[in-house]
Amino acid sequence: MPKIIPVADELSKTFWDGVNDKRLILQHCAACERLQYPPKPACQFCGSGEKLEWKDVEGKGHISTYIVIEDGRLNRRMPDQPYNLALITLDEDTSVNFYSNLPGVPPYEVPVGSAVEVMFEEVAPDQLIHEWKVVG
Amino acid sequence: MATQNQYQWRRDKDGLGVWDHRGKVAVAGYGHSPVDRRWDERSMDQSLGAYTILACRLAMEDAGVTPDQIDGIICCDSHIAGGSGGTASNWAPRPYFDPPYDSELGLTLINGEWLAKVMELPNVRFAPTGVPTIGEMVGMASQAIADGKCNTCLVIYPTGNLEGRYRRGGENADDYAKGARQWVAPWGNHGGNDFINIFPHNQYCLKYGGTHDDLAPFVINQHRNGLLTPWGYNASHGLEQLTVEDYVTSRYILNPLRLWDCDRPVNASAAYLFTTAERAKDMKQKPVYILNHASSRGTARSLTPTLDEIQAETGSTGRKIFEGAGITADDLSFENMYDGFALFHQFHIEGLGYRGMKFGDALDFYQTDISIEGPNPVLPSGGNIGSGRSRFWMHTDCIQQLQGRAGARSVTGVKPEIAVSGGPMPMGGNFTVWSASPD
Repeated sequence: MPKIIPVADELSKTFWDGVNDKRLILQHCAACERLQYPPKPACQFCGSGEKLEWKDVEGKGHISTYIVIEDGRLNRRMPDQPYNLALITLDEDTSVNFYSNLPGVPPYEVPVGSAVEVMFEEVAPDQLIHEWKVVG
Repeated sequence: MATQNQYQWRRDKDGLGVWDHRGKVAVAGYGHSPVDRRWDERSMDQSLGAYTILACRLAMEDAGVTPDQIDGIICCDSHIAGGSGGTASNWAPRPYFDPPYDSELGLTLINGEWLAKVMELPNVRFAPTGVPTIGEMVGMASQAIADGKCNTCLVIYPTGNLEGRYRRGGENADDYAKGARQWVAPWGNHGGNDFINIFPHNQYCLKYGGTHDDLAPFVINQHRNGLLTPWGYNASHGLEQLTVEDYVTSRYILNPLRLWDCDRPVNASAAYLFTTAERAKDMKQKPVYILNHASSRGTARSLTPTLDEIQAETGSTGRKIFEGAGITADDLSFENMYDGFALFHQFHIEGLGYRGMKFGDALDFYQTDISIEGPNPVLPSGGNIGSGRSRFWMHTDCIQQLQGRAGARSVTGVKPEIAVSGGPMPMGGNFTVWSASPD
């Protein structure tokens, strides 16, 4: 079923352009060597805006925990209910987290702790989003 | 008259010491409207504007204050349901009514300027805009009185609810996600305290053991206290006491979040009369003194806060609350921290160290006597879960308990001397320490 379509803005355009090229690129602060997601105008740790650059990340992570959306408020997603919403931590920096609907994993059958890797899913013509699939 | 909210009133850092104005600000009165499920868009005596005027008049009458004495209004000028509220997004443009209901103001929105005009308050000189929640409004009022920005201030929290399912319109009906929503909505997160806290709640249960349904005694206690609040939604609409069976068999919304973990949106308004402790002594009611107000403005490291981040923030909040008030957790007679939804109240009270609690203790604590009759009352107000999503019960209850006006809901296992209220979020909100004595 259709997902909601993200609309890029000035701050997020590089990120979404990367996703549309099937790359996961995150902000990286060269001053404090930390990754940042979602993007912000400045590093939330050291405050530097000048030292923020974009960096390709490997796209490997683990499932921290999950919920199942049974009665959400988003009209476009209601036909999908019930569906998983998992919290993914990035292996390269476990303080960075993402959402995932875990395509292919039946609702309620989420293997918490399992390894996942990034994949890309079309939500509209020329618009992908980053998703995560269970591996191994 | 309306002023932009550029006032730097927050006490949001560790190490600020005891609040300079500790015990010098007081609440002298309160008022509240009936609590309806929704406004029917026709009954003008039940509109949000009419209810707000009623609440203000009752608060002024309670304190013995006349309209010309009001020189401050702090009013939440946003619709509680937000841009996606009910059918609100479909309301305008539409036919309006005769003045003063000839715009959205008074119907679904209230602000200080409109209120001062319709209530004929001629001397208002402080009416900031952009104050989002009741917790912040109470903190701002405390500091504004202390700083002399006003001397007699109405703090008003209108909570509107309209026909249609709550927050199913507006941006939640949009196929596109802009701004902050681009990072969450594609995967199904519509935003709010439920999504912010449910993952940390799951992490909490994994880390410390326990299950989601261990919240049952807390939710049941909320409903019980709510039924002891005569003007609350549950009591005034004849609802029966929720049982554990009702709770654990209720349907899931965001599994494991159940229906009865949620609060019921309502249409209601409340007002409080803040003034100096000195002036309050000569008013009609026993003053309730403010010992401190403290802000939490935590930021998640990434997309959504983790349990570790929440615990760091609530621990910091607890330290700020107690340091500014010059008290310790042991001095609290009871707590009235925010509760809408049920799954994060434990973060608030563990951060406080309420009754010696450490991180991970709350679910076990909920299995003990947390009633108003016991030595460890939890949320005697009943909160939003017990009486409806008005967000003001916690503050009203602190005032009433400390004044001895809580009626059947009075705490009896402890002497009501000092209490804390506030929220909404563990990662962000404002908190107030109330006292029966200024010292």
